[in-house]
Amino acid sequence: MVDITIKKRSQTDAVVTQRKFFKKTARGKVIKVLRERYLRDDVPCGIQDCQACQGPGMLPSAGESAHPSFSTGHFVLPDTNVFLSQMDLMESNLFSPPTILLQTVLDEVRHRSLPLYNRLKALAKADDKRIWIFYNEYRSETAIIREEGETPNDRNDRGIRKATSWYQSHLPRGRSASPSHQPKVVLLTDDAANRRKAEAEGLAASSVRRYVEGMKDATQLLDVLVSVGDDAIEPTRAVAARSALYSEYLPTATVLAGVKSGQLHQGHFNANAYNYLEGSVNVPAFAKPILLVGRENMNRAVNGDVVAVEVFDETEWKAPADEVIDQESTLKNDDAEDSEEEGEGEEVLGQEKKALRSDEKARPPSEKQPTGRVVGIIKRNWRAYVCHIDTASLSTTLPTSLSQQTVFATPVSRLLPRIRLRTRQAPQLLAQKILVTIDRWPATARYPEGHFVRALGRAESKDAEQESLLLEFDVPYRPFGRAILACLPVEGEGWVVPPKSAAAPEWRDREDLRGLTICSIDPPGCQDIDDALHARQLPNGNIEAGVHIADVSHFVLPDNPMDSEAAARGTTVYLVDKRIDMLPSLLGTNLCSLRPHVERLAFSVIWELSPDAEIVNVRFTKSVIASKAAFTYDEAQLRKDDVHMRDELTQSIRLLNSLAIKLKAGRMAAGALNLASPEVKIHLDSSESSDPIEVEQKELRETNSLVEEFMLLANISVAKKIQDTFPQTAVLRRHLPPPRTNFEKLQDILKKRKGMTLDVSSSGALAASLDKCIDPKEPAFNTLVRIMATRCMLSAEYFCSGSVSRDTFGHYGLATPIYTHFTSPIRRYADVLAHRQLAASIAHAPLHPSLHSKSHVERVLDVVNRRHRMAQMAGRASVEFYVGLALKARGEREQGLVQEEAFVIRTFRNGLNVFVFKLGIEGLVMFKREIKFDVDNYTVTIPAELTGKSDATIAVFDKVTVNIEIEKDKNTQRGKVKMTLAKPVDSRNL
Amino acid sequence: MASRIEILNDGGFRSDGRKQYELRDISFDLSPQSSADGSASVSHGLTQVVVSVFGPREAKMRRETIHDRANINVEVNVAPFSAGERRRRGRGDKRILEFGSIIKSTFEPVIQTSLYPRSQIDIYVQILQQDGGVLQACVNATTLALASAGIPLLDFVCAVTGGVHSTSPLLDLTTLEENDVPHVTVAVMPRTGKVTLVTMETRLHVDRFEEIFRLACEAGKVLHKEMRAAVRERTGVLVAAIGAAPRGTSAGMDAGDRDVVMDERIDDY
Ligand SMILES: [Zn+2]
Repeated sequence: MVDITIKKRSQTDAVVTQRKFFKKTARGKVIKVLRERYLRDDVPCGIQDCQACQGPGMLPSAGESAHPSFSTGHFVLPDTNVFLSQMDLMESNLFSPPTILLQTVLDEVRHRSLPLYNRLKALAKADDKRIWIFYNEYRSETAIIREEGETPNDRNDRGIRKATSWYQSHLPRGRSASPSHQPKVVLLTDDAANRRKAEAEGLAASSVRRYVEGMKDATQLLDVLVSVGDDAIEPTRAVAARSALYSEYLPTATVLAGVKSGQLHQGHFNANAYNYLEGSVNVPAFAKPILLVGRENMNRAVNGDVVAVEVFDETEWKAPADEVIDQESTLKNDDAEDSEEEGEGEEVLGQEKKALRSDEKARPPSEKQPTGRVVGIIKRNWRAYVCHIDTASLSTTLPTSLSQQTVFATPVSRLLPRIRLRTRQAPQLLAQKILVTIDRWPATARYPEGHFVRALGRAESKDAEQESLLLEFDVPYRPFGRAILACLPVEGEGWVVPPKSAAAPEWRDREDLRGLTICSIDPPGCQDIDDALHARQLPNGNIEAGVHIADVSHFVLPDNPMDSEAAARGTTVYLVDKRIDMLPSLLGTNLCSLRPHVERLAFSVIWELSPDAEIVNVRFTKSVIASKAAFTYDEAQLRKDDVHMRDELTQSIRLLNSLAIKLKAGRMAAGALNLASPEVKIHLDSSESSDPIEVEQKELRETNSLVEEFMLLANISVAKKIQDTFPQTAVLRRHLPPPRTNFEKLQDILKKRKGMTLDVSSSGALAASLDKCIDPKEPAFNTLVRIMATRCMLSAEYFCSGSVSRDTFGHYGLATPIYTHFTSPIRRYADVLAHRQLAASIAHAPLHPSLHSKSHVERVLDVVNRRHRMAQMAGRASVEFYVGLALKARGEREQGLVQEEAFVIRTFRNGLNVFVFKLGIEGLVMFKREIKFDVDNYTVTIPAELTGKSDATIAVFDKVTVNIEIEKDKNTQRGKVKMTLAKPVDSRNL
Repeated sequence: MASRIEILNDGGFRSDGRKQYELRDISFDLSPQSSADGSASVSHGLTQVVVSVFGPREAKMRRETIHDRANINVEVNVAPFSAGERRRRGRGDKRILEFGSIIKSTFEPVIQTSLYPRSQIDIYVQILQQDGGVLQACVNATTLALASAGIPLLDFVCAVTGGVHSTSPLLDLTTLEENDVPHVTVAVMPRTGKVTLVTMETRLHVDRFEEIFRLACEAGKVLHKEMRAAVRERTGVLVAAIGAAPRGTSAGMDAGDRDVVMDERIDDY
């Protein structure tokens, strides 16, 4: 039994411990706030072998003596701003002095920025750091209260100094009593006033820069240092003379009040990938996003930031640009070092203005949308970005030069602005992929200022590309740690299902389905087989069909390190040449993989289906199975089609297939969509070189559909079951219907170009009208329309059933009222949760308490949803990279002339957006010469004087032939796909 | 902003510096209102209530008279500024009526009402300040007020609130915690181990419930020790007062007499 005590509070410390005050809410209501605090003497200091505390300890009792300024040993005690602005330094593996992290500091970081707080908490737990969290606000000697007239900041600073002083006196006295030989507790702060006060109180204090300069890895660490602080790094130019390029943000209170009153609008800033001078913000008040045109109006917002926007008068509304404006070519002459000087700046701005003006002429009034400007930032969502150093911005490229240079880093993502940074390593970083973070973006600077975090490796080397891709999409890819691997069965690869007996825990409440003729059907080379199927005729004329899913939740127990890691990863990420597993591979590719001829634990869904595929009955059970075969889709297809095969396995496949056809017909009749996304497959010629030799469109067979139908059926059946049992916390998946306005443009294009209509009133209507979008001369046209329609839709998401209203459960694409993910627990975490809930709903195991908590389930699913999106994007980016490599190889074989057919999917004033079917990639064809552009009819016309023959008109949906080249960007050393038209006209000189 | 306060941090501390199983500071004052037959003021942390007991006395209303036992009448009054938001609650307020009936049903099986047929016991509950655990404070104060009025009880009734944050149980919740975690109030009779009250306003899974329930019962025993000591101390003071200066007011004498009687009983609680 736990020890229950009453925390007694002495009358005298009531001043410190009780707070009663009144505060006024935004709505003018007065609220009485009551808080009390219990002060204690058992808050441990974290120093090893501390006699006074007797608590756990991780800080060495003698401190760290490697720093020359503190040779008698020291601890650092950073203030809040150090973590807010120098987190990269704190995270660097070269920086690991014993560190005291105060509760005051931790709380302040939490209030200022949750992402930084989460990084800080992860940091405090890292094995290679020595950070102790000291709860100073609860310890009687170090707790303080705010004094009259004291600002919260001053109060915290005083608290931090008090804790510093307490630590200094609390340190164990060494054998020599002389204070000069004592280790020092060093207050790390960039606030000069605070340092002065600390020194006056007899404490050791240092600025971050001075502290780092004394370290042995100073050169590398100083680069990581953020360029702020009162030490004024190099006040070279006359700062005061700088005029502001951007308008200042409104005060936070004004912004919040404006948003509340509806005068301002709040939303995520989305940069435009085609035009760096344009962005948009989706807000609830308008059906169309608010358009932001030009640098001044975007006012230093970076993609992903939450901004406050002021909307202009309707007479000033504009239509989005139909021109491609590329940051690199427009700004290529901008100098990083001088970009803030006036003369130069105006020239560049002039160019930008011209770019903006030129496309303003012919914007159709019908397409006008709310237009406005950013007046405040509600939340920055800056992270580390993968960049290249822009060669042209270097004043010297001599590798021996160690002088500090100001250079441009160009992010890989087209959505981000160039970042200015100062570094001494610029020449060494050329041709490398590097990680850069943005520190600030003052109103006087055209570009954001940032600092270098670390190098990832040579650009275009597979390792660097792979790592940068994982970083860019925030995929956790570190190998599994020891604590995680310790959660695996001790037998390791040798684990087997124990012989059947009542005593074996594996067999408890498990059905013995080893006798069933079960097989799996997967893509070739599949190692993580998480599903298998069977079907057999029942005596009553009905059919028994079963889906057997690897019983992952038997191995992954709730709340252990392996489970937490899987929850944080959310999903397995598939890159072309690498798989980043969600679970250790022992489970994924062995113990949980339903290999043939091996007994495996499974979670089975077994239906009794009528010959018309109506569900008569469904049951769920944990089971032991022994798969009889592992087929590829092709093998299964061949077997099914071979009339001579009459064995039980083949019969089973035929039975499943006949049911699947009916299930599919039923779904289609209910209005399910047959969507398309460009799927290509990369063939790697050998595992060592991993150079692709071919890119091939994925082919779908009947057996693909067979597996798919049964997985859908299993997911739906499970969803119903867990929703019935746990109406508040069931883990479900939904796909919201898209807003109708999303389709407007596509509908207009189809109508004008093809005379076709798209009925978007329901998913069924959409499915039917998509079926009618057929061009008899062009079989691929239908797929193209489907791809474009898919892009108009929202993405599906996981959700907790108690968190949204019941009528929004539906899955639009699948046209089913309820859905979940159950069938791939090896590679998706949501499935693991669904398994646990299903197991609890059949009373196989009690549900872990966390799965009863709505807020917990919501939190986990938020992460899983985000990981899921990121994983998809990372996978696509990986395919693109390999398509690029394949094209480069082919270009070399074919003397630089790779030609492919492509469809026009969008027209711009100065270019075309095309989709190359065979390669599954999109590209831009740009025209430098003046061409005619018809906005309303989605056409561009290349006049006769340019073609040399007659006018050539190209419209959306037209089929063209493009030349594809891989061009090395001179500045960034990165390979770029460049497309030009070959047919109907040769555009290489246009 | 509330979401930015951690209910239970990595160091194992709650937002007010307590650990999971630590109850807030408690104080008892056993005779704040001399006009009543018995009264007690109780605070748990910043939550503060006063309960006054009148009776047993002759029932005023005929129709409320019960021929074989005493009728218990509970009235609850909430001070307008006791909680965060200023709100005047009338006597007819549904929540207040409910509160009163919870207290009534908690004590009905504990008070030996059959000793006083056709009479009435009035319990006036005043909630002065609310910072979580209001019901527990009301129940504990009522126990003490009844004891100081000398009304025979089968046992003490000791109440504690318990909640669960994610998977960690917490005892004696503040308002901040009550707003965030599912919680229950449990009242136990420590001598017999019987439970006279369980209320739950939020959903809580049955496994979690069992754990918290057990903990709350244990915590009830801890409270019991404190409450018993407070009653003893009060009795001691009164006895001394009688001995040293037998000029006490008649009301004081009365209370003193009863308390002495009570004392014999209380000891074996
Ligand atoms: Zn200590």
